Amino acid sequence: MPSTLRLAPAVILGKATAVASRALRLGGGTTMPGRVARAIAPDIMQRLAVRLPQGCVVVTGTNGKTTTSRLIHHILRLAGVSSVHNRAGANLAAGIVTALVQHTDWRGRPHGKIGIFEVDEATLPAVWDPLQPRAVVLTNLFRDQLDRYGEIDLVAGRWRAVLDGRPPGDTAVVFNADDPLVSEVGGRFAGTTVPFGINDVSCGTGTLEHAADSRYCYRCGVPYEYTVVYFGHMGDYRCPQCGTRRPAPLVAAEGVQLAGIQGSAFTVRTPAGAAQVRTVLPGVYNIHNVLAAAACCLQLRVPLETVAHGVETFAPAFGRAERVRVDGREAVLLLTKNPAGFNEVLRTVVRATGPAAGVVLIAINDLTADGRDISWLWDVDFEMLAGHVRSLVVSGIRADDMALRLKHAGMSGSVMTIDGDLGHAWDAALHAARNGEPVYVLPTYTAMLQLRKILQQRGLVKGFWEE
Amino acid sequence: MELRICHLYPDLLNLYGDRGNLMALVHRAQWRGIDVRVDEARLGASPASGAHDLYFMGGGEDRQQHLAAADLRERKREALLDAAGRGAVVLAVCGGYQLLGHYYRSAEGEELIGLGLLDVTTEHPGPQTRRLIGNMVVRSAWLGGRTLVGFENHGGRTRLGPNARPLGTVVTGFGNNGEDRTEGAVSRNVYGTYLHGPLLPKNPALTDYLLTLALRSRHGPVALASLDDSLELAAHSAALVRATSRV
Repeated sequence: MPSTLRLAPAVILGKATAVASRALRLGGGTTMPGRVARAIAPDIMQRLAVRLPQGCVVVTGTNGKTTTSRLIHHILRLAGVSSVHNRAGANLAAGIVTALVQHTDWRGRPHGKIGIFEVDEATLPAVWDPLQPRAVVLTNLFRDQLDRYGEIDLVAGRWRAVLDGRPPGDTAVVFNADDPLVSEVGGRFAGTTVPFGINDVSCGTGTLEHAADSRYCYRCGVPYEYTVVYFGHMGDYRCPQCGTRRPAPLVAAEGVQLAGIQGSAFTVRTPAGAAQVRTVLPGVYNIHNVLAAAACCLQLRVPLETVAHGVETFAPAFGRAERVRVDGREAVLLLTKNPAGFNEVLRTVVRATGPAAGVVLIAINDLTADGRDISWLWDVDFEMLAGHVRSLVVSGIRADDMALRLKHAGMSGSVMTIDGDLGHAWDAALHAARNGEPVYVLPTYTAMLQLRKILQQRGLVKGFWEE
Repeated sequence: MELRICHLYPDLLNLYGDRGNLMALVHRAQWRGIDVRVDEARLGASPASGAHDLYFMGGGEDRQQHLAAADLRERKREALLDAAGRGAVVLAVCGGYQLLGHYYRSAEGEELIGLGLLDVTTEHPGPQTRRLIGNMVVRSAWLGGRTLVGFENHGGRTRLGPNARPLGTVVTGFGNNGEDRTEGAVSRNVYGTYLHGPLLPKNPALTDYLLTLALRSRHGPVALASLDDSLELAAHSAALVRATSRV
């Protein structure tokens, strides 16, 4: 059968797979439909993507992909643009095709006007040509799951290979100016580039933390000099040897006021003017996510007022500062994936609890999606929790490793409870919380899915594919 | 009693939670009332010969390893040769281990000359070959046959010369080269290994053994008081189970 004839069967079988996988309770069906559809029509991604009247947008990087792409989706919806979006976060090629198949009717007509795809950082080269994105958002590069992705220089190398020598075309590259490695890569693009970043020294933490990765100039190998470090290796940097410095952000945050777990308020300055925004997303890292989404949407010609309104009304993605209420108590789920992200989450928890020490549940798994190598726990600055935690429950497949890390961070055994069973650990943490006091839940990716499944069985949250 | 540690390239070779090794050494000495001084020797610095009892070097990405290799030969060679000669402890993990050998040949065929403190050579067979990645369990004759647990992730294949002994025999995992079931190398008090995870926190017997050797090089024979190792041993057991499970 010629491949042109295979599109309809591929779409139909893909859709059937999604229905079947849910009926059989195999999970959310967020990748299998795509695998089936690609097996029938290998070029299906390109053929469905080209039918999206307003093209598509790709978001990639180590941290912030899900939140940023959901923000873009939300803002575009307010702007009256419906979208096809891999919102459950399945971000390899199969996940993208699944989203396309599910939002296409059996004759191959898409239900949305634009595609919004979060893409695994290593997968970017493979999807660029089929998707021909109008905007590519590069969020940041941190060490993350070294056993899976390899070293961040390898990922940066792949991005370089896809950007170098590419004709300008009508793609815009939106990149994080505060990340020296991402800036170096993004700045190579010959077409339109939109750097975004924070212009506010009050967000600084003073020194490069241990987990900082890209501290040496890519060209010279000498350490960057920072006038301000926001977190990880994010900041305002300059190479003393070759003079490479942070590009001036076109979309910038100024006058930042952090309100702990409640979020932050700041001014977004853009070529189209400035707007004051408030977001419920906590922490400095989420300011980058807001800027990335704002820069992308402005590039898609969404008016600044709509962007600002979208930021204000956005509710977080599952497990990203999601709040769950149980019997008058509240749990805040903060997904943790890598040292830089974990440090930001810890900083946010410490700011929120202040001198009144709180209750924290940490759940560490080492399945493939988490990264099988858990040595990264030793790059996280758990030391900052000391004095801010009254009760600490440790769970997950690698609970014992986590407990040992906390022992070396100065946490005493009297504060810690170790229970590998996540349901029991959840009960213990909620039990330790006083009325009105939130429990901070810090799970790795599969631990979060596992916990959500438990909470779903107890009727406390919805399935993630239902959102 | 004071233990003097020199941490080589703390900000350059610090992949895979390497600083956990420093924490284990420092804390397990301090928990026994031993004073600890840690000096950092970064790019460009030359530590004074004879000033330290234990030298630690971690791993890095190719680019960082490249930066470290030349500096190691030009600025640190003297202090490390002196240390090896007088019986101070040198411990290097992954990329650092490769640089203690004679040379490391990268995937692109470029050769980094090492210090030759360990009689080993390392070659990366090329970009198309698989990295050796996964949980690893090693049985070590140096610790009376006890197990060492950790995680390995390396492209280079290391071969031992006649003057190096392996740190242990691979029970699960790849080890030096995925073929001869050896892991790591030891030459007098110089130790190299691919085990991270990090290595020392959940292998307390090895940590204490290295502390004893390091203290002995300056203070003569010492006996370390025992500690409550219940969390360490639980993490060790959990890693043993993980390394042999299929999920």
